[in-house]
Amino acid sequence: MTFAVRPSDWALLSPELFLTAGGLIILALSVFLGKAKEEFIGFLSILFVAITAALVVFVGTLPDRAKPILAGAFVVDNFSLFFKGLILLSLVLTILASVRFVGDAPYPGGEYYSLLLFAGVGMLFMASGNNLISIYVALELMALASYVLAGYFKGEVKSTEAALKYFVLGAFSSGVLLYGLSLIYGVAGKLGLPELARLLAGTERSNLLMLGVLLLLSGLLFKIAAVPFHVWTPDVYEGSPTPITAFFSVGPKVAAYAILARIFYVAFPKFQADWGLIVAIVSAATMIFGNVAALLQTNVKRMLAYSSIANAGYALLGVLGFSTEWGLWGILIYLLAYTFMNFGAFTLVILLESKGYAGESVSDFNGLAQRNMPAAIVMLLFLLSLAGIPPTAGFIGKYYLFTAAMKAGYPWLAFIAVLASAVSLFYYFRIASAMFFTEGAGSKLKSSYALSAVILICAAGTLIIGVAPQPFVEVLKSCVLPR
Amino acid sequence: MNLSSLPILSIITYIPLAGALLIVFLVPKEKTGTIKAIATAVAALDFVVSLPLWWMFDRGRDGYQFVEKASWIPSLGVSYHFGIDGISLVLILLTTLVGLIAIYSSYSAISDRQKEYYVLLLLLQTFMIGTFCCLDLFLFYVFWEVMLVPMYFLIGVWGGQRRLYAAIKFFLYTLAGSVLMLLGIIALYFYNTTGFLGYKGLGAVPTFSIERLTSVAQSMPAELQIWLFFAFFLGFAIKVPMFPFHTWLPDAHTEAPTAGSVILAAILLKMGTYGFVRFSLPMFPEAVRNSRVIGVMVFLALVGIVYGAMVTLVQKDMKRLIAYSSVSHLGYVMLGIFALNMAGLQGGILQMINHGISTGALFLLVGIVYERRHTRMISEYGGLAKQMPIYATYFLIVALSSMGLPLLNGFIGEFTILQGAFARSFWWAFFAATGIVLGAAYLLWLYQRIFFGEITNPANAKLPDLTFREQLTLAPLVILALWIGLYPKPLFDVIRRPAERIVQAVGGPTAEQPAMANGSGAGASVTGPGAAVAP
Repeated sequence: MTFAVRPSDWALLSPELFLTAGGLIILALSVFLGKAKEEFIGFLSILFVAITAALVVFVGTLPDRAKPILAGAFVVDNFSLFFKGLILLSLVLTILASVRFVGDAPYPGGEYYSLLLFAGVGMLFMASGNNLISIYVALELMALASYVLAGYFKGEVKSTEAALKYFVLGAFSSGVLLYGLSLIYGVAGKLGLPELARLLAGTERSNLLMLGVLLLLSGLLFKIAAVPFHVWTPDVYEGSPTPITAFFSVGPKVAAYAILARIFYVAFPKFQADWGLIVAIVSAATMIFGNVAALLQTNVKRMLAYSSIANAGYALLGVLGFSTEWGLWGILIYLLAYTFMNFGAFTLVILLESKGYAGESVSDFNGLAQRNMPAAIVMLLFLLSLAGIPPTAGFIGKYYLFTAAMKAGYPWLAFIAVLASAVSLFYYFRIASAMFFTEGAGSKLKSSYALSAVILICAAGTLIIGVAPQPFVEVLKSCVLPR
Repeated sequence: MNLSSLPILSIITYIPLAGALLIVFLVPKEKTGTIKAIATAVAALDFVVSLPLWWMFDRGRDGYQFVEKASWIPSLGVSYHFGIDGISLVLILLTTLVGLIAIYSSYSAISDRQKEYYVLLLLLQTFMIGTFCCLDLFLFYVFWEVMLVPMYFLIGVWGGQRRLYAAIKFFLYTLAGSVLMLLGIIALYFYNTTGFLGYKGLGAVPTFSIERLTSVAQSMPAELQIWLFFAFFLGFAIKVPMFPFHTWLPDAHTEAPTAGSVILAAILLKMGTYGFVRFSLPMFPEAVRNSRVIGVMVFLALVGIVYGAMVTLVQKDMKRLIAYSSVSHLGYVMLGIFALNMAGLQGGILQMINHGISTGALFLLVGIVYERRHTRMISEYGGLAKQMPIYATYFLIVALSSMGLPLLNGFIGEFTILQGAFARSFWWAFFAATGIVLGAAYLLWLYQRIFFGEITNPANAKLPDLTFREQLTLAPLVILALWIGLYPKPLFDVIRRPAERIVQAVGGPTAEQPAMANGSGAGASVTGPGAAVAP
């Protein structure tokens, strides 16, 4: 194995390289164009993301792409392509949802978009990371960009507080994660995931190794905001600019699940008996706590923050299900569904905010049905999907996750999960009840083209996956990781 | 293409949906007259299209008829699979009729947001019919769940004062029950395929076909059957509702608008009992035969009958009174089903229809005076018989049918259930019979307080009697009540085959038929219980 980069490797790396260049171009352009041309910069970054997506498609057609490159640190398998698609989708949605928002804000927009693209680069590398170090570096790239984005409203205390909290806790968790990696490396002497898997298959468990796995798991659980590593989530979600909150709730989480899945599915299946119970307890606690805490919220962004904590708990069912393919399928289809429905729900909050309404309180949704019926109906669709009512994407996703938990031998956890999911309907439908049953003040609510596009994409995704899931679940089968 | 190759069940299911879409996209919300006309026409068309099923249905054949099958999610083994047997046939006909009546009865009751109202009623109609047609468990679950959404909005937007509370309570209760059923479905799926939790699967092709999973479930070990029985049980028992899962019902029924209460009582509650008949009994015979399980079921049914009737007695609100009477009546249905013999099961199924007719009509009747007086308190009324004689007549017939007077439908159902219960145990029948006495008490007392005496409340002095439209909504139900009461044989004929199959599955006796099944109800009532043992 050599460290030389072959010409064919450049082709495999083209999406990541192009997006990096795109981020740099945006940054440079914004210096010259200034505040007035921000909308143009926004659409230019969408173009860059779209071209990156086209490159991902192109990479998908290359022969021999599934062989790891860069000394085994980077791999373009179907699994990574699935996640790259999802990550780029969340980027496009975020930028579309940001255009008017950033235009209205008194801060430079160029750095906003370029930071988003850099976070995107980090996430793309996370999806392909096949080696503990490359995964860690990619994770940090994404995280650093995220910290800054959380504090984009420099003049506002809430936003600054969110950024600081996110940074301090994030840095701490990165430290924990890195410590775990170092212990694993110390025991095994390997960094590549497939090599680790081969090596560990022949070794007995040792306490040091288990400690390393535990620390690694803790660091990742922080990134996906699972209990007890969730405390940063509500504050960061509430304080960040709403498009960034929407982005945090899908993009970085999706990427974190990509590495969580890859590491634990490929490298540590042998020790599932050891980490399985911990993940099961964390999952149960996350589902229960997330849903119960969400019941008490009156701020929609905080409510959706707790809801996304609860959703992280559901997705952990898939991690538990790694003894069969069901677990991996469950995570993939659920994250796909979750991206559409959660981003859609946040976009409605952005829509309300951008029209001068506060939009953050549940009561701001009062009478939305009279102000804008289509908006109320799509919000209802997202809420139904989040609550897992068929025929929506959320139901199909949860169905796979519950199935994975049953198959993996955790019926008690599936039991908790379905009840937690039923409870979640209560707070989701507080918004529905505000929209349809309560009279609200205010004039007709109009949407912008960009926001309408986001809402339309999310609604279409939520509905189509729910009604005609076959093409989507067919894709899953080809995305299973080798081990 | 000849007539019989049409996908008639899908057509019946989706006509209301098509009507709803038509209204949503083509009719502006100001044109309320057009909206009402289209909604009524669509529901009427649906009813007319569903009627031929009654004659086309082959009563002598086992298994499902009018079957449609297409693949939906082949990766999971889910298919779009429709088909009906006699039990679903009568429930579908009841649904299309009651749905039409519900829409037609709303003309004067609903004055705001009419477009949404009629669209939701039509959507609900599609989901209810779909639920009864499903032969695929996954598809069934989809219809079963999505049905809650329009009902939630019907209660929440057009309901009474505590509508928000009632709407979310209704949704949460029924959802909590059905998600456990989902786990049961997943367990069945794995038992058929690769196995789970140490149970070795059968290794068959993944499928959610109800026919296949029924035979698979029957081969499961007894303890797994009991687990799954209870997973399904909660979903159905909450919907029925069985005591002690009934507390959502008085709130939902009372707060819902009239049409919502009618549909809730007549159709939605039947989903639960239908679930027991279609799934619980044939799928888990080992569990159902288990004497402890039977004991629990029958105990809950009997408590529901007696407790429900006693609580009904003390109600001051007419709608609440009728709502609690449903708890009692559905206790009979459950008792009949778990008697596990031909009389009990057929009586239970028949009583599902009877309860839909009688209680649906009672809610309509209450809605009629509520529109005139805007109160449901019994104490506000009195002496209405003089002012509204036609109304009083309809009310009397419906109340008598609900309490089980001979010549009317309720008698046939209750008598047949008692026959089935008696065959199992004297005490089952004894306690159930006390419910009949209590039932007569609360209905006659209600009637007395509303209609007899002088008009004491001046607000009642000028109440107009029934309009032609109101009579039209009530007449079909009263005619049906009389028809079933006088000549129930056609109904028994339709449900006999499927009932036989279910009783065979649980190992009950199929030789002894219900007394009412062969002659007229009136004749049997004259000869009395002696006919029960006659061959």
